[in-house]
Amino acid sequence: MSNYVIVGNSHAAIGCIEGIRSVDKEGSITVISKEDHKAYSRPLISYLLEGKTDVERMHYRSEDYYEKQNVDLLLGTSALNIDKEGKTVTTDKGGKIPYDSLCVATGSTPFVPPFEGLDTVEKKFSFMTLDDALSLEKSLNKDTRVLIVGAGLIGLKCAEGIKDLVKDITVCDLADRILSSILDSECASIMQKHLEENGIKFMLSDSAEKFDVNKAYMKSGTTVEFDVLVLAIGVRANISLVKDIGGEVNRGIVVDTKMKTSVSDIYAAGDCSEGYDSSIGSNRVLAILPNAYMQGFTAGVNMAGGEKVFDNAIPMNSIGFFGLHVMTAGSYDGECFEEKREGVLKRFFVKDNALIGYMLIGETDRAGIYTSMIRDRVPLDSVDFELLKKVATTFAFSDENRRKKFGGVV
Amino acid sequence: MKRIYVNEEWCLGCHLCEYNCAFANSGLKDMANALKGKQIYPRIHVEGDDKISYGVSCRHCEDPMCVKSCIAGAISKEDGVVRIDRSKCVGCLTCVLVCPYGALAPSEEGTMQKCELCLKNSCGEPACVLGCPNKAIVYEERD
Repeated sequence: MSNYVIVGNSHAAIGCIEGIRSVDKEGSITVISKEDHKAYSRPLISYLLEGKTDVERMHYRSEDYYEKQNVDLLLGTSALNIDKEGKTVTTDKGGKIPYDSLCVATGSTPFVPPFEGLDTVEKKFSFMTLDDALSLEKSLNKDTRVLIVGAGLIGLKCAEGIKDLVKDITVCDLADRILSSILDSECASIMQKHLEENGIKFMLSDSAEKFDVNKAYMKSGTTVEFDVLVLAIGVRANISLVKDIGGEVNRGIVVDTKMKTSVSDIYAAGDCSEGYDSSIGSNRVLAILPNAYMQGFTAGVNMAGGEKVFDNAIPMNSIGFFGLHVMTAGSYDGECFEEKREGVLKRFFVKDNALIGYMLIGETDRAGIYTSMIRDRVPLDSVDFELLKKVATTFAFSDENRRKKFGGVV
Repeated sequence: MKRIYVNEEWCLGCHLCEYNCAFANSGLKDMANALKGKQIYPRIHVEGDDKISYGVSCRHCEDPMCVKSCIAGAISKEDGVVRIDRSKCVGCLTCVLVCPYGALAPSEEGTMQKCELCLKNSCGEPACVLGCPNKAIVYEERD
């Protein structure tokens, strides 16, 4: 009977459990979880503060999940190192856990630059985990002024989540626009305006240079007073377990399309890994949730002796603030086709007779049809692209392709 | 596994399936009460033009992207049917981002909904199939 060990307990780890169990119902699975919680949906922490969910409903799987999957769950336990010759993982609880195959799904950690005076700030938080969210919530009241450093996905979701709990929110970022990793200037300014209409203030192309108790001195020379500071600048992949034993790492743990690392019998998945991104044709860290699950699942199948490759990962995001949704996917390195009308902006990026990316704001219905065209590299001359620009519909596919999609009859 | 299929040669494009779907999932006993004068949120939608049309609803995929991608763990597949636990859904639309068929859409309340084959509503079997006037929609087993 095989011994499977998974370090980490979020979406990639759950994917890994389900991948293993799709092949091997018997083998022993041990999950080592630093956090003291059963797997919960991490991106829901902003919805938790907003009151749209609660801790109970945030559980990613059912209460009896680990029992049913026959998983030995070690909560509140950190993996310290791997012995690749002896094939064991040492934990901070003193145990050495033997593995036949191991999946490293350790996620990422908020990155905090060494700001001068940061240690004088009493109430400062990251916004990554359930515990982060719960402790942030405790420090907020209707008179709180919040400064969020970082206008990316995490910082802005945090702003939306706490908006109605506090007096005032200012978000600053060194970039000249919000959501700079996924939006171009025009799309970003539409979303920024919407956020401003909902009471969020911005200071862009500017950031905190130093802190003094409850004051932030900005690069531009202005000063911002705050009661609570949220640091959402970025994250770093947790790669040390594999790096320390000489495994190949860049920004993340390098994996192939089977999620194998360079060290035998060790796999990696999720935000800690750097896998193949088919939209650019090379490896990069794709820290998005669907990717984490699918990488984990792929790792699990291969760990259990099955055969699975995951070679069509692309960046894709669906994110909404105060009722306005944005969806983005793929790469923007192509010819741009635009569809614009009141409240709607769609940008499609085309290269080599294929849709390679898109940005949609205001109208996102059935966008998965576009996403599938990118993932499946559907030849653009086989579809009615004029129709697709206006509306996402399978009717734009050729008769043959559409009939195949819907099961043969149509 | 039985699924819903549409024969586009027989589909009249009448949209009755959309109304029957909305009624079956309304929880109400009277069709006029359920639908009259209201915007409907059906889980099947008719696509096409005046020559070719067909209804699209969830394919209950072998390898469902929506289940794998749901950030809330609200979508699962049991006994071949892809279902949503709407109490867990926060309306992030990630399932819309990934579904290749465009088969998920928000409900009136903003949480997502999709075809669950009417197995758990008062109809008990797909209302779109039962009500299709030209028998263009079928519910059957295929390879």
